Amino acid sequence: MDTKRADIVAAPSRLPLREMLLFVALLAAVLGVYAVMGGAYSTRMLVEAACYAILALGLTIQWGYAGQFNAGVMGFVALGGFSAMFFSIPINEAFWGSELPGELGRVLLYMVAAILVVLGATRLDRIGVPKRLRTIIAVVLGVVLYLVVINAFRDVTDQIESRAGFIGGLGLPVGVGWIVGGALAGAVGFFIGRVCLGLRSDYLAIATLGIAEIIKAFLKNSDWLTRGTATVSPLPWPVPGPAEVGFTLARAMYLSVTAVMIAVIFFLLSRAYHAPWGRMIRAIRDNELSAAAMGKDINRRRLEIFVLGCILMGIGGAALGSFNSMFDPQGYLPLNHTFLVLVMVILGGPGNNLGTIFGAVAVYIIWIMSEPLALFLMELAVAFGEGAFGWEAPTNMDSRALQARVFVIGLLITLVLRFAPKGLLPEKVKHVA
Amino acid sequence: MPLLDARNVHGGYGGMNILNGVDMAIESDQIGVIVGPNGAGKSTMLKAVFGLLHVSQGEILLRGEPIHNLPPNKLVQKGMGFVPQENNVFPSLTVKENLEMGAFLKPGNVKRMLAQVFEFFPPLREKRHQPAGELSGGQRQMVAMGRALMAEPSLLLLDEPTAGLSPLYMNEIFEQVKLVNSAGVGILMVEQNAKQALGIADKGFVLAAGQNRFTDTGAALLADPDVAKSFLGG
Amino acid sequence: MNELVFFINNVVIAGSVTGSIYAIGAVGVTLIFSIMRFAHFAHGDMMTFGAFMVLLLASAFPGAGSAFGVPAALVLLPVAMALTALLAVGIDRAFYKPLRAHGVKPIVLVIGSLGVTLMLQGLIRLFSGTGGSSLYVDDRKEIFRLALPFEGVRAPVVITEPQLWLFVITLAAVVGLHFFLTRSRLGKAMRAMSDNPDLAQASGINTNTIVAVTWVIAGGLAAIAGTLLSLDVTFKPDLSFFLLLPIFAAAIVGGVGHPFGAVAGGFVVGFAETLAVFNWSVLLRPFRDSLPEWLTQAGNLAFVGTEYKIVVPFFILVVILVWRPTGIFKGKVI
Repeated sequence: MDTKRADIVAAPSRLPLREMLLFVALLAAVLGVYAVMGGAYSTRMLVEAACYAILALGLTIQWGYAGQFNAGVMGFVALGGFSAMFFSIPINEAFWGSELPGELGRVLLYMVAAILVVLGATRLDRIGVPKRLRTIIAVVLGVVLYLVVINAFRDVTDQIESRAGFIGGLGLPVGVGWIVGGALAGAVGFFIGRVCLGLRSDYLAIATLGIAEIIKAFLKNSDWLTRGTATVSPLPWPVPGPAEVGFTLARAMYLSVTAVMIAVIFFLLSRAYHAPWGRMIRAIRDNELSAAAMGKDINRRRLEIFVLGCILMGIGGAALGSFNSMFDPQGYLPLNHTFLVLVMVILGGPGNNLGTIFGAVAVYIIWIMSEPLALFLMELAVAFGEGAFGWEAPTNMDSRALQARVFVIGLLITLVLRFAPKGLLPEKVKHVA
Repeated sequence: MPLLDARNVHGGYGGMNILNGVDMAIESDQIGVIVGPNGAGKSTMLKAVFGLLHVSQGEILLRGEPIHNLPPNKLVQKGMGFVPQENNVFPSLTVKENLEMGAFLKPGNVKRMLAQVFEFFPPLREKRHQPAGELSGGQRQMVAMGRALMAEPSLLLLDEPTAGLSPLYMNEIFEQVKLVNSAGVGILMVEQNAKQALGIADKGFVLAAGQNRFTDTGAALLADPDVAKSFLGG
Repeated sequence: MNELVFFINNVVIAGSVTGSIYAIGAVGVTLIFSIMRFAHFAHGDMMTFGAFMVLLLASAFPGAGSAFGVPAALVLLPVAMALTALLAVGIDRAFYKPLRAHGVKPIVLVIGSLGVTLMLQGLIRLFSGTGGSSLYVDDRKEIFRLALPFEGVRAPVVITEPQLWLFVITLAAVVGLHFFLTRSRLGKAMRAMSDNPDLAQASGINTNTIVAVTWVIAGGLAAIAGTLLSLDVTFKPDLSFFLLLPIFAAAIVGGVGHPFGAVAGGFVVGFAETLAVFNWSVLLRPFRDSLPEWLTQAGNLAFVGTEYKIVVPFFILVVILVWRPTGIFKGKVI
């Protein structure tokens, strides 16, 4: 408590020297990359960093503002990527020209009807059915209807796969997919949050970890929807593509789109952070007990912030997916899309938006640059090994270099938690009494 | 040499001082009772003695040896036992297992001490295979005291042993405290039932605002009209 | 009757195998949870580490088992358990203890354990590569085919040697743990600390010792689970991520902090998984004459495809968190 007070007193009078130094260093690093790697490569890196910054902002409001740990960022990113793909790619005539859309619609209707029937069965006690009997009826109905619907569904999707490949896209503007991606991620977040947010914070971590793997499994195996491992490309951009205006310019335009998004999100988040809503969120984080005494709204507030974070991850994931111009469900990896974002947030400064953006860009540059570096170091080690002990080098050097990075990310997480738990740019707690 | 000798103890939580110079001394065969109004620092003093609170100034001596700011498990080794006010049993462990935990540092004594504790608290013998969480409040208190006695302490610290108990149990607990004391265990206890507690006290300490207000024998304090007026409710 | 044998092979045996492995893993998770109050995400990789140690040892001493007539991997398992226990204690000293000393919230320890997961994963794959390899380095996997003494039964009940070992060792581990927790001084102290850490300390119990003992047990059990899983299938360095969810689900179903609940939870989740991916239409086949056509026509009556197996523990997790977050045996920590 007392150390925090000291921060509060010191914060307003202090020059933002630390921030300035860090951002100057970051700018120098970016310029350095431009000088060495060239414009097209470096701009691509910046666009990806910007997309990651959106993901990191989503995580920082969950973890930094509210103390909720989401271990499944990857799932929400993948949902965003899927949505970006589905809404923007061209319509598949082979599918829409056949009777399959009708079939699919019919099965989806069945699905809705089955859900309604089961939900109705759970309310049977209101018309006098004993509670235990009601539960049995509901469970049996659920199992039977599930089997019936899932079988009909498998039939249709099999037919889609064999006759049309996959259902294709909707050919809508890219922005639609991004917004829906956010909404989808938010809806999944709502479901998870409803289940877990009243319980120990560990349960949220477990559940998000699980849902991320499930989303990935679904996208990977639903060939009728996503072409699965066959991947979908190219995805259209919201700005003119490289084919029209050249790599550097196209990527620069993409970068400006993401930069505007970050600016808007940053502005809105800062407003919310300093509003009573933000104060309440932090009060809940810092002292659950006394916040619980304030009223029953706690779980609602928690749910709001969690869903908001997931929406940002969905949008960021959509922007990232469109930029990659390829939808590959297998490309979503916990390391790249969950833990990297986590490092960005805890290193940059959880709860501090500026710190989070700094962390995102800085960590992404290190991440990208570490790939050739890791390979180089591995080769050095191999050369040394061969020279010194006649050691035979394994053939799959790239994949082993990747594993070295896995180790480094893990080490980084533990080191930051121990030695810089508040990050490089700690959250500034203002006096609000 | 006194068993416990606390001199000018200052301390508190996170820089906020609750104790502002408390003196307390009891001999090895005595019962010391701490009374006083709410917020006077009674339980805080007990925690300071048991190393659960940082002592910023002053000293606490156990048989002449300074012990302040030693961790609790060291104090148990040096012959101190502590019975907290709440959560003072292991609910899913049986009564016997609870008692065994008290003798964790002296596993050789378990049999002998179990017999002695069952002598002090006969109801525990028949309940020894029952989980402590299923016992009544008074019986839990017995388990808690028994657990602390298992390590054969020379000084037993009791934090409001009768809190929340019915008057019937209250008398029983006071009787048992006297019994334990007569077996040669020095006792320092915090009590809300000041009159009754001072009745069995060799030494009484009336605290207010983290300082000694009155210090005397229990009988003398009970007879003192000033103490009666301000702390014993007439 | 052939359908029944099919059911035994694919559900009863397969469910017991998965259930045993989840049970041993979940016991470790639940012990750590009850002593240190956080969900240990690196547990899956501790299992992988244990199996990897067995692989390394079995490659170094392929003949170790021949003297006893058992696979080398089993003879070397105690060594791997000791190594994994050592690793667990070391990880705690290096990464978790400093965080605990800072008094951080449990969720920070969870994040720390994710960091540890990545480090272990990276190290194991760095040395083992990403492919799979069999723990039967120099031995042969015995497969027992038991023909049932009924007329018209052609298919035998199939059970493999490592599966039998798995059942034996699981039983031994659970019974051993039971006696440790209820009879030994340290085991009782562990339960005491799980009940009430402050009082345990006030009783003179050295909590650092208990924490270390917990890691030793959890590490040893993790090595058992990882090795037996790898013996049953093959050793793959990325086993762990898919084990985490079912193991946590098992621990929560059984009631967190409740070791025997975790065993029950492990079997619940294991059997749920095998039942969910089992194709029920096989069992309908003998009755095909008396059933409506639409039912027998359905070729695949599995609840989920094997590629969606991970949905099952998740579903169980959600159901238990909604319906009864304390688990079926009333855990201590929610």
